[in-house]
Amino acid sequence: MIGAMLSEAWHAMGANRLRSFLTMLGMMIGVAAVIMMLAIGRGAQFVVDQSIASMGSNLFIILSGTATSGGLRLGTGAVPTLTINDADAIAELPSVAAVAPALPGTAQLVYGSNNWSTLVVGTTPSALSIRDWNIAAGYAFTGADVRAATRVVLLGQTVVRNLFGNENPLGKTIRIKQSPFIVIGVLAVKGQSLDGRDQDDSAMIPVTTAQRKLFGSQFPGTVRFIMAQAISARAMPTAEKEMTELLRQRHHLPERAESDFDIRNLTALANAAAQTTRVMSLMLGAIASVSLLVGGIGIMNIMLVSVTERTREIGIRIAIGARERDIRLQFLLEAIIISLIGCVVGVFSGVGAAILVNLVASTAVVITMSSVILAFAVAASVGIFFGFYPANKAARLKPIEALRYQ
Amino acid sequence: MAQNEIIRITHLDKQYETDAGPVPVLRDITLTIQAGEFVAIMGPSGSGKSTFMNIVGCIDLATRGTYVLDGSDVSTLDKDQLARLRNKTIGFVFQGFNLLPRATLEENVSLPLIYAGVAKAERSKRALELLDRVGLAGYGNSLPSQISGGQQQRVAIARALINQPRLILADEPTGNLDSKTSHGIMRLFTQLNHDEGMTIVLVTHERDIAAYAKRLVKFVDGRVTHDGAVEVRFMEEIPS
Repeated sequence: MIGAMLSEAWHAMGANRLRSFLTMLGMMIGVAAVIMMLAIGRGAQFVVDQSIASMGSNLFIILSGTATSGGLRLGTGAVPTLTINDADAIAELPSVAAVAPALPGTAQLVYGSNNWSTLVVGTTPSALSIRDWNIAAGYAFTGADVRAATRVVLLGQTVVRNLFGNENPLGKTIRIKQSPFIVIGVLAVKGQSLDGRDQDDSAMIPVTTAQRKLFGSQFPGTVRFIMAQAISARAMPTAEKEMTELLRQRHHLPERAESDFDIRNLTALANAAAQTTRVMSLMLGAIASVSLLVGGIGIMNIMLVSVTERTREIGIRIAIGARERDIRLQFLLEAIIISLIGCVVGVFSGVGAAILVNLVASTAVVITMSSVILAFAVAASVGIFFGFYPANKAARLKPIEALRYQ
Repeated sequence: MAQNEIIRITHLDKQYETDAGPVPVLRDITLTIQAGEFVAIMGPSGSGKSTFMNIVGCIDLATRGTYVLDGSDVSTLDKDQLARLRNKTIGFVFQGFNLLPRATLEENVSLPLIYAGVAKAERSKRALELLDRVGLAGYGNSLPSQISGGQQQRVAIARALINQPRLILADEPTGNLDSKTSHGIMRLFTQLNHDEGMTIVLVTHERDIAAYAKRLVKFVDGRVTHDGAVEVRFMEEIPS
């Protein structure tokens, strides 16, 4: 019976090809839009998640603070107030897992006839664990290197590519600001940071080497900022409080005075960014769902027209023994076929469009099976939902009135 | 109830509700039809004969009174049971043929079998047999628009017969046909009644069509005014 009804539904659609096609088109565009928007939204989320993962978890950045000089207030980091000793003291706190001071600067790196300007960060080995950054080749420098201020360097992948090409950089000597450094390791690929910077375009050297030999300043022993990792996400508020107290004490700040440092919770910032992306992709999906809804209403509209046009046919069918459920099923099947075909074509065009966006606009897109299934399921239920009202209307027709309809 | 009684109607009323109040269409109809009868119903326009046919065919319901079809009181049946009666017990033939224009003749004839839940191969076999019987062998794949009115009515009769109903209801089946074709259709009805004992109730305007029946019921103004055997001689005397 269902087979006969399916074939009848198919014939009924074939009788009005253009109309069936246009109805399907509405559904198709809806599904394609949902899939594409989900793909783009998930793509953006993927990029953000990756940057967050590359940053390290439960991370604080402690910046040198402000200074007031003759009524003129200078910005954060204007006066370097943080030292390696501060970092060592913070490392002793129970709520802090790891600490790494950092003294970054831009320098020209030269190897043979190649040269490249990059960010050189003076730091300690714990920076690698805090940032969750692995060594791809060679070795990291050690605490001994920091104590002895040796001239060793770890290079990021972008720097390696620009200075060495295909040559193996390990053990080679490069010059940074005219000083020779030995390349002892290559950092693993890290990708973009949250603000879109290429994190692989950097080099690491022991912090003491940076202080004494590269970026010597009028404030010896100071660093630009300190990275600190709390022992857990829950320990972050405690860690922030302990670090503030410790640093105020170490910097001999009176009760009322402003702190001369600034503790920033990077993980909170990153989570906010992730939240934003999530909201954005949700919104994209919601907007696309509207087109799905419109497609569904299109199906209802056409099915209502079809029921009206075929009133007489419905009357005949009832007169020869069709039950209400037979008539309902017949029109429901038509709506389902239209929406299913629309869905299938929509899935393919949505995936195709997402891939096209990826290729043309080089935007990250992530097509997951779950989003395809979701779009398909929602669309199919929309079709059934909007097909139900017209089908019911057809089934409820009174046979004599339907037969009299011209 | 007699074994071979197929229709028993007692004190049946039908009113249509309008803004100006109820309008009576059928008043106090009492009528019994035995299996194997061939009944012609005549009457002027608006006399209620079509409404009567619709009620007998279970596509309309009476306002008052009882209608027992093949042993079951129609007013006590639910929608699905009524649909089953229309499907299996009754074969309806309309004035306007009422074929589905997009379906082939074979599909049209076998349509009631779909609702009876008969498998495709069986449907096709029986439809072709019946097309053969109404003189349309080889037309199975034609469309209604490709054949004449008389042929379309034959298809409609084949469709009415496909579930082997106990009762054929024909509402002015020759109303849209020329005289020669009409007589062909009537011969088919006579044959069905005579050879197979099929009960036939037929509404018509034309006396020469009514003359094919064995019993004549006349409706005037919603009442039965005449009920008796048809005699050709008698026919001449009844004003229509």
